[in-house]
Amino acid sequence: MKKISAFFLIVVTGLMIIQSSCSKNIEGRTDNLPALSPANIDLEAGKWKLVTLSRPDSFAVAAPAAITLPGYIGELNEVKGLQFNMTEAQKDKIKYWSAGTVLRWNEIIRELVAKHNLPPYQNEDGTYPIPSSANPFNYPEFPFSNPPFAARAYAYISAAQYDALVACWHYKKLYNRAAPYKVDSTINANATMIAKTDLPSYPSEQAVLAGVTAELMKAFFPTEIAFINQKVDELQTATMGSGACTRSDWTAGETLGRQIASVFSGRGRGDNTSKAVGSQPQWDSLATSCEARGEAPWISLETPHRNPMLPFFGNVKPFLFDSLTVVNVLRPGPPPSTNSEQMKQETEEVAGYAKNPTRADIDLVHFWADGVGTYTPPGHWNAIAAEDFIGQHYSEVRWARNMALLNMSLMDAAIVCWNTKYFYFNPRPTQMDPSIKTVTGIPNFPAYISGHSTFSGAAAEILGHIIPSRAADYNQMANDASRSRMVSGIHYRSDCEVGLETGKKVGDYAIQRAMTDGAE
Amino acid sequence: MKIFKGVKQYVLMAILFSALHPLHASAQTDQDAIMMSKNYFCGGAMYGYSSWKNYWEGTLKRDNENLGTVSSQMIGVMGNYGIKNNLNVLFSVPWISNKASAGTLHKMNGVQDLSLWVKWMPYSKSIGKGTLSIFGLGGVSLPVSDYTPDFLPLSIGLHSKSFSGRVMVDYELGKFFATGSGTYTYRDNINIDRTAYYTTELHLTNEVEMPDVASFNFRTGYRSGHLIAEAIVSNMTTLGGFDIRRNDMPFASNKMNATTVGAGFKYTFKNIHELSLVGNGNYVVAGRNVGQSTSVSAGVFYAFNVTGANKKAKTDKKN
Repeated sequence: MKKISAFFLIVVTGLMIIQSSCSKNIEGRTDNLPALSPANIDLEAGKWKLVTLSRPDSFAVAAPAAITLPGYIGELNEVKGLQFNMTEAQKDKIKYWSAGTVLRWNEIIRELVAKHNLPPYQNEDGTYPIPSSANPFNYPEFPFSNPPFAARAYAYISAAQYDALVACWHYKKLYNRAAPYKVDSTINANATMIAKTDLPSYPSEQAVLAGVTAELMKAFFPTEIAFINQKVDELQTATMGSGACTRSDWTAGETLGRQIASVFSGRGRGDNTSKAVGSQPQWDSLATSCEARGEAPWISLETPHRNPMLPFFGNVKPFLFDSLTVVNVLRPGPPPSTNSEQMKQETEEVAGYAKNPTRADIDLVHFWADGVGTYTPPGHWNAIAAEDFIGQHYSEVRWARNMALLNMSLMDAAIVCWNTKYFYFNPRPTQMDPSIKTVTGIPNFPAYISGHSTFSGAAAEILGHIIPSRAADYNQMANDASRSRMVSGIHYRSDCEVGLETGKKVGDYAIQRAMTDGAE
Repeated sequence: MKIFKGVKQYVLMAILFSALHPLHASAQTDQDAIMMSKNYFCGGAMYGYSSWKNYWEGTLKRDNENLGTVSSQMIGVMGNYGIKNNLNVLFSVPWISNKASAGTLHKMNGVQDLSLWVKWMPYSKSIGKGTLSIFGLGGVSLPVSDYTPDFLPLSIGLHSKSFSGRVMVDYELGKFFATGSGTYTYRDNINIDRTAYYTTELHLTNEVEMPDVASFNFRTGYRSGHLIAEAIVSNMTTLGGFDIRRNDMPFASNKMNATTVGAGFKYTFKNIHELSLVGNGNYVVAGRNVGQSTSVSAGVFYAFNVTGANKKAKTDKKN
């Protein structure tokens, strides 16, 4: 039996070694960032050009009480109490949020987009249910955060964050109340987890961001209200506990943020998104008008045929130009006729790529696929931008400005792209040649022009303006993203090339804005 | 003797869909109580086919008209060598091809993972009228090509390096036997082509944490020098992982569980006793985040003494 004892000893020891020595913890790229330390606090940002708000002081913020009054002394003591009783978990949250509030909210939105980016399962009769914001918890949960939905959510939240921070900076300069860590030596000694600056703390920029972001996120993701509220509470405790703001700094900021969110909510209710889904007769008329032009109309490649994704999203009101510009200036000319020799050749080209994809092709396709269950192509460009912005040491207001420029470009790219897709209603390569099999899912909307190409052209253009040293890299990424759609078998060359070109034109409008918004 | 099922089987077979790798039948596999004699090598090839139409999305059983029937073909080469009468090494390498009968997704194929096992029988004694034997096995599985694990259900595997430890007990009474085993499989993290993915939260990395797997196997039946016929029940449980959400795609770190029943045989020719045939069939009776696959496989094996001594290939554990 000695042998048997030895045997079990070996087995047990082996399992213990495996358990203890093989840590599987994975670290995200932004899990352990240093505190945001702006190279310039942009004290004059209250003068930057607003997106939707008419004036930075459209919403009044009362002057703060003097820091010599007892009320303020009490507020400082509240901060000291938080610092004195701080748990390790709270320290972790300070470290997390200190990397940048715009950054972290952006990551949270991306997470919610990925979580809700699931196409509804069909009804018994082969039709598909449409998510309803009035009954968001009923299956299918609202929203189905597909690419146009996501592009719009990112844009509204980013643009609102920007306007809210411009207003915030306006009042910061006006009232010029120093941060608690500048006022009190005890708080200063304990404020070790954030970068201290000369930026006035009233109203708190973290609070403005919490208010404006939470209010809009709740509308976009109504099933996530408890989750969003928890993030707001966490950010408030972290910001006050870090020594960066007092309760009155916070309250003034959060109120201002929520007020500014209401302006964007109002814009959103009137931007035509409510009509983007359409109805069966409208979907049918897209096909009949295509046939009337002598072209083969797009047909869903899913079984059962799924209703087209947001066919009237192309009528949504853009941020960077007006709706007439979408139709008269930016929407490109037609794709090759479905009966033409060129279309036949382009289909053959795609069939050639799709036949035997190499491992490198699959890598390229999957890297850029950003399909079901992901944060979508606009989210991917947010990730690319955010991870580059980290190294740029922007102030929060400049972070917001640059994310707004990016996300307004992406939403407007979605509008132009969707307008084009449903105007021409052009079939996917697999509809033209059913032997074409793909290494990623075929999106449920017409081919011309490629969404990835349009998004990527727009994003690369504005990001190349924001960080010129990376312009060539962004261009390469956009080309890769665009090419990945042809290699994967889901787009023709025309879709990709014209999509990239159109996206760049959209991005140029953002550059025009960037050069005149007062931030450069 | 087919041994292709190894670590990989636990991974693979339950993979949502590839489920090709049934619980193996007979003859010197890493799941049975049979040892090759010292200096003997047994090598062979297997062909397997499995398919499923229904799968479990979390705990919800469904079909998918955009996949139709997902089928998998496997061609594997495998071998078993007797270092000592109570110490064997086994290997297997499968080539796999997966496709869907409906929808637009491209088929995938390639060489999957190399499995290596060491099989040790430290104890074998008569107890009552029968014989009780205890085995310890250790296995590794290593991907041998850079196939993608991020295209389930058509990916040919999960591309994880893994280590397995197994304890197995066999009791033989005349021509009848029963064998039970329990296995713990540690699976290393994997990398995918994209830079972010969602499980129950968003991960900003291309590295995916792979949950470990526990599995159990019980087989019983008739065992003689020329024929083995057995019934097999097995279960694998992923220790962690998450469910596929409603109408989402499957993912490599899903909680893949499966309970499988099957039967197998091995026939060794009486006049050419180096040569044997094996076959088996399996069916998934319960599962979670896996396909409800039916699998069959068949193989041919040849055993010989590597020192050239020409005597009967011994495959009885008591040799």
